[in-house]
Parts: sequence; structure tokens; C-alpha cells
Amino acid sequence: MKGSLIIVSFFALGVLCGVFNWIPSDWLSGDLSFYALCGLMFSVGLSIGHDPQTVQNFRSLNPRLMLLPVCTILGTLSAAALISLFFSHRTLPECMAVGSGFGYYSLSSIFITEYKGAELGTVALLSNIAREIMTLLCAPLMVRWFGNLAPISSGGATTMDTTLPIITQCAGQRFVIVSIFHGFVVDFSVPFLVTFFCSI
Amino acid sequence: MKCITFAGNKSYIKHHTSSMFTVIGIMFLGIGLGYTLRRQSLSWINKAITGLIWLLLFLLGIEVGHNEQIIRSLPTLGMEAFVIALVCVLGSCLAAWGLWKHVNGRKEAKP
Repeated sequence: MKGSLIIVSFFALGVLCGVFNWIPSDWLSGDLSFYALCGLMFSVGLSIGHDPQTVQNFRSLNPRLMLLPVCTILGTLSAAALISLFFSHRTLPECMAVGSGFGYYSLSSIFITEYKGAELGTVALLSNIAREIMTLLCAPLMVRWFGNLAPISSGGATTMDTTLPIITQCAGQRFVIVSIFHGFVVDFSVPFLVTFFCSI
Repeated sequence: MKCITFAGNKSYIKHHTSSMFTVIGIMFLGIGLGYTLRRQSLSWINKAITGLIWLLLFLLGIEVGHNEQIIRSLPTLGMEAFVIALVCVLGSCLAAWGLWKHVNGRKEAKP
């Protein structure tokens, strides 16, 4: 919990820096975040390979757990369809397009801005950031209430990078392979699902 | 944690797909190197992971803060976004709970 709050504080500090222009904007035009992501994934890889037990787990991955990405996608899309009934100003596909970002805020918001305008694009950005932050903050509660797979499902497309450390902390190291597998599949589905719901 | 590139839509997708495989390739490189070095102590790794996550979220914050349109409409759109996120998280948690019950119901869970 403390770790998640520090993470959110770094995000808030970044927002302040952006609003008050404390950091020159050409920081963003560079590929710094891409290199940071590469460094993160390399470190995550190192820690996985360094622990042979994890490789052992990969061999014994329960085939039924490969259904987890399907559960995540169906659960999220049903929920988004349900909430559209309560938003009179949003159509069913619009809500499902926002939901099918699965925490992948940058790509989903770019797509939605392109097809549906900046307003829904902004909603998509904020909603998917919120999904990632909720996962970071509530992972321990999710494990307690909905079982060990819940924070992985909640993390959506982010479970192979940013939310991976929280998931392994709360659900256990043995879920690292399921989490990466889940993140990969859901991540890959985002461009297709968002485009689909924007075009109907 | 994906860097935003405001290129044309098609070229963005192409760029994204290739960079996604770069990132995943780099991870497998790390796995290989980590396995080779499994006899050595790599206690700094968790600190590096935490530091990089802080950096990535900080950069995202700057991105949001720089966008005046987002900052201005934050209260109204933010509430709507929060509700959608909360409901979607609950929906996926329920689905994951169903699968967890199903997997555990058959036999001892073996992830």
C-alpha cells in the first residue's frame, strides 16, 4: 500500500510539473519513456530469469489459467455495456471503446480521439489511468475479496509491466507467468477492440 | 506505460507493434541473462524496477499536466472516467473470481 501511494505521488508530482511548466516540454518529445520502459522490462526479465523457480512455474502453467485474458475482456466489456445504460449522453459502443483500453491509456486515447473526438479521448485517458491506479492501490483488497487472479484481471494490459510488481507482491511470485501472459494477450487486443467499437 | 507518438494513425500502429516486440524481446534478453547469472546476487534489481516505475508514472503526469484541455475538463470528465473504470474493474474482478473458483473447484490450483 505504501509503495502504491509513492507511485501515485510521483504521478501527481508529474502533473504539477506539467501544469506549472517546471519541466521543459521537450522532455516528452524524446523517447525517454520508451527507454525507461525497455529498462523496466529488462529488469523484470532479469528478476524472472534469476529465479529458476519462476521458469519451473512456466512449465507447469495451468492451461485453464490461459482463459484469464478472455475473462478479463468479457468481464470488462459486459461491465462497460451495463454502465452505458446509466449514461444517457454516451452510446453503448462509446462506453465499450473506453472500457477496451484495459488500462492501456495512451494508445486507446489516441485511437478514440481520432475516431470519436478529444472529449471521449480524454475520458478514455483518465478512465484507463484510473484503472491502473485502482489496481496499484487496491490489489491487496482484490486478492482478499475476489481471489488471487483478480488483480491480474483488473490490471488489464498493464500486468506485464507497471502493475506486475504489485501483483507478485499481493497474489504471490507464482503468478508472475500468468500475469505476463495475460498482459501480453490483453495488450495485443487493445488496438483491435478499440477500433472495432469506434467503427460500429 | 507506452510513449505517446502523435504520428499518423497507421504509422503509429506499425511503430507501436514493432516497439512492443522490441520491449518483449528485451524482456526475454533479461530472462536469459538473469538465468545465466542465477548464481550471483542481483539484490539491486527490485530497487531498479521500483525506480523505473516511479520515473514512468512521473513522465505520464507531466504529459497530462502539459495538456491544458485535459486539465480544464478534469472535474466533469474525470468523474465519468472514474465511474467507467470502477465498473470495468469490478466486472473483470468478478470474471476472474469465477475462473478462480472454477480452477480451484476441479483440483488444487496450479498456476
